[in-house]
Amino acid sequence: MSDKDSRPDNLPNQASSKNSSVTGEFSRREFIKGTGIASMAVSATVLLGDELAKAATPQTTGAKWLGPGAVPISLKINGKMHNLEVEPRVTLLDALRDRLDITGAKKVCDRGTCGACTMIVDGKAVYSCAMLAIEAQGQDILTIEGLAPEGQIHPLSQAFVDHDAQQCGFCTPGFVMACKAYLDQEPNPTYEGVQKALGGNLCRCGTYMGIRHAVLQAAKKGGLA
Amino acid sequence: MTDYHWPPADKRSLIGKRISRIDGPWKSSGRAKYSYDVNRPGLLQAKVVFSSQAHAKITAIDTSEAEKMPGVKAVANMLPQQKPEDWEVQWEGQPIVAVVAETEEQARDAARKVRITYQPLPYLVEDTEPAKAGAKFSKVLSSKTVGDPAAGFQQADITSQGTYGAHVITHCCMESHGQVSEWNGDALTVWATTQNVSGIGGEIARGLGSRGIAVPANQVEIISPFMGGGFGSKFSPDAWGVACAELAKKAGRPVKLLLERDQELMTAGSRPSMYANVKVGAKKDGTLLAWESHSWGTDGPAAGSLPSLPYIFQVPNIQVQHAAVLTNTGPARAWRAPTHPQMCVITLCALDDLAAKLHMDPYDFLLKNISITGPRASNYIEELAKAAELMEWKKKWHPRGDSSPGPVKRGLGLSLHTWGGRGNQSNCEVKIHPDGSVEASAGTQDLGTGTRTVIAIVTAETFGLPLEAVTPNIGDSKYPPAQASGGSTTVGGMSSSTRRAACDALDQLFAAVAPSLGTTPDKLEAVGGQVRVIGDSSKSLTWKQACAKLGATTITGKGRTSGDLISGGVGGVQMAEVSVDTETGIVRVEKMVAVQDCGLIIDRKTAESQVYGALIMGVTYSLYEEKIMDQQTGRCLNPNMEFYKLAGIGDVGELVVHMMSGPGYDDRGVIGLGEPPVISPGAALSNAVANAIGVRVPHIPMTPDRVLAALAASGKEVTA
Repeated sequence: MSDKDSRPDNLPNQASSKNSSVTGEFSRREFIKGTGIASMAVSATVLLGDELAKAATPQTTGAKWLGPGAVPISLKINGKMHNLEVEPRVTLLDALRDRLDITGAKKVCDRGTCGACTMIVDGKAVYSCAMLAIEAQGQDILTIEGLAPEGQIHPLSQAFVDHDAQQCGFCTPGFVMACKAYLDQEPNPTYEGVQKALGGNLCRCGTYMGIRHAVLQAAKKGGLA
Repeated sequence: MTDYHWPPADKRSLIGKRISRIDGPWKSSGRAKYSYDVNRPGLLQAKVVFSSQAHAKITAIDTSEAEKMPGVKAVANMLPQQKPEDWEVQWEGQPIVAVVAETEEQARDAARKVRITYQPLPYLVEDTEPAKAGAKFSKVLSSKTVGDPAAGFQQADITSQGTYGAHVITHCCMESHGQVSEWNGDALTVWATTQNVSGIGGEIARGLGSRGIAVPANQVEIISPFMGGGFGSKFSPDAWGVACAELAKKAGRPVKLLLERDQELMTAGSRPSMYANVKVGAKKDGTLLAWESHSWGTDGPAAGSLPSLPYIFQVPNIQVQHAAVLTNTGPARAWRAPTHPQMCVITLCALDDLAAKLHMDPYDFLLKNISITGPRASNYIEELAKAAELMEWKKKWHPRGDSSPGPVKRGLGLSLHTWGGRGNQSNCEVKIHPDGSVEASAGTQDLGTGTRTVIAIVTAETFGLPLEAVTPNIGDSKYPPAQASGGSTTVGGMSSSTRRAACDALDQLFAAVAPSLGTTPDKLEAVGGQVRVIGDSSKSLTWKQACAKLGATTITGKGRTSGDLISGGVGGVQMAEVSVDTETGIVRVEKMVAVQDCGLIIDRKTAESQVYGALIMGVTYSLYEEKIMDQQTGRCLNPNMEFYKLAGIGDVGELVVHMMSGPGYDDRGVIGLGEPPVISPGAALSNAVANAIGVRVPHIPMTPDRVLAALAASGKEVTA
């Protein structure tokens, strides 16, 4: 319990979105406040239906109006620009999975708890189910597909294989990306550090033993860039 | 004829070794395509409208407004009752209508516009004692007497009484239930997340038939190369499997329908609760004499699970009664080792309390009674000793109640369990192509257990080839039929059918090759990448050269589950060490030890993973996860993953796994492993907590509030 509630300070985005479960004093509230009506629409979808969206106008929020219809956006994913049209309420996860067929990141809890949708945005691990696609414009989005070209395997993914750090594998891409973000910032991970850095990702099959070993092995071998 | 029996230990080059799962790279690089990831050209998205009521008649369903919403293509009724006058929902979360639209967002918007008119009916959602539930909501399922319980208790020097139990939990598969359905003329293809690739096609065809869409079962293809967890909840296509195909038919385009997380937790599977009031008696020396229990639990709206109490220990005098409490909650489904974790908690905790009353170390108490555990008694003796060594049990154990100062108390607990795990009925086809390539095909599935890897290992071992030389094909109903993966039956079914199919193919290869080596087929063997005269490498062909002798003809070997290569019945022992903060009620797992047998191990690495995973799932159901129902509203209070809690990586402590293998184990043949190690964690952890704090926390999960309540009830709570 305690580890799940004490996130590392060096992963602000991950820590914030992944900490939203009970106390979550910044995550959702911060990003809703910060992005105005667009995210109001998404929170309304979750919470109250479209009545709230109707009540919020540019006059009441002072924000730039986008939508509710689809708007053109550009996303830089794994180094490549993609142009697409999405409604402002569409999450980064759904934009990639439903519109671009980039499906490595998985949809599980769909509300910033489990980490299966983890991507690295501008160097930080984020829950892509809790970030809007429009908000990710102008940022570097790295998904698990971007770790290695098709047909090749990234050393971190290989470490997950070597230590059998996966069973059904549905949570695995999220764990690999959370590991990547952690190791990018902490080249000399400790056992305790791994427990905390990956505390925002959940696995149902119970592969944590393998994951602990995989992260430490990958760090030891280096060459993770 | 090639001897199809498992090769002896010194002849095994792959079987029993630590081998990485062969589909691991696809999964850990995000390239594995699960049903949820299938995006077909022109794909539509469907969402489901679920009951907001725990129990109600439905007097009207109005989809007219929904059908006018942007992007909407079709709707489908999902209620089991055909006639509107019979429409009724029996739990919150029961699917009523599915709506399909161009995008997920549009489908969700439209689903919100469906107007359901309910006429509420009385409901019960709390699995309270049968007496409180009343006659309308409870039903006695069985009553049994063995021996003379009254006399047994009379002879007992010590009796112990207590209440024990396990609350309802859900499966919470990471990949929610559902599928993508696509019609090609009158043929249907379904990418389903399922434990039953060969079985659900027929069920979908039947379901469609009842909805007026005729499709022969052999025109339904099920594809499931990867699936994101099932744990017993994905045997059936379910109402959404039929509705998705119906929507695809109506819309004339492929449709994706995967449940959203709240729906997944409310409706797609739960593990029944089970509680019992127990009285158990023994002689001063620990010999068990009598057991009496009144147990109950809920499977949802219908009666279901029937426990066999006491678990494992065949106490000579028994009086048991079990009642079902009928609740308006999502129906139970098989959950990894159905009823065993609950029976184990009830029994092993009651015995632990009795041992404490006898001032006996529970390790000695269980050994004292080990002769009444049935056929696995000798396994348990060996496993208890091994587990005690790995846990340093005798060094660490203290009598109940950690007397050291400070609020954090440490304790040890143990438990044992059994499971069947005999292989299911499965078929396999092994093809040897003239270019030397090898395929092994079966309509089975890999739930994350390593089925694909097991098939490859057995085939490669049989042919004397490296693992990479074999391509296993699974997860498609076009392959030879295999039974559903449930009850730890897949590894036995698939390893034996694969072995038989590979030996059949090898016999055919030997027949084709023998003349060119100037010998007869019975004198040949396939070893180290060669086909050669037995023991004579001077008379040999490489595998490729040998296969070239086939000309243009591919060989197909066939095999079925082979009873003499498998068996059933395993035992396992687990020990847990915990620390409990008596001020906050938080239980922390320090260490768990699992000692497990499963006959002949095919892949030691994935076998150990099953046990590690079971321990972690066990920690989760013992300490954190619980489906919480609210009687006021009839609703589930935590259908999400922030309040339906799974253990995280920092919550599980140090885990030690030891597999029993070698003589006495390997020669039993292959036995399934998925279920057994998930049975004991509840009892082992509950007993460890009792050992630490000196009182029993009656129910799992042992959440802080329950720990504090148990301390308060005993007067042992710490006051600041």
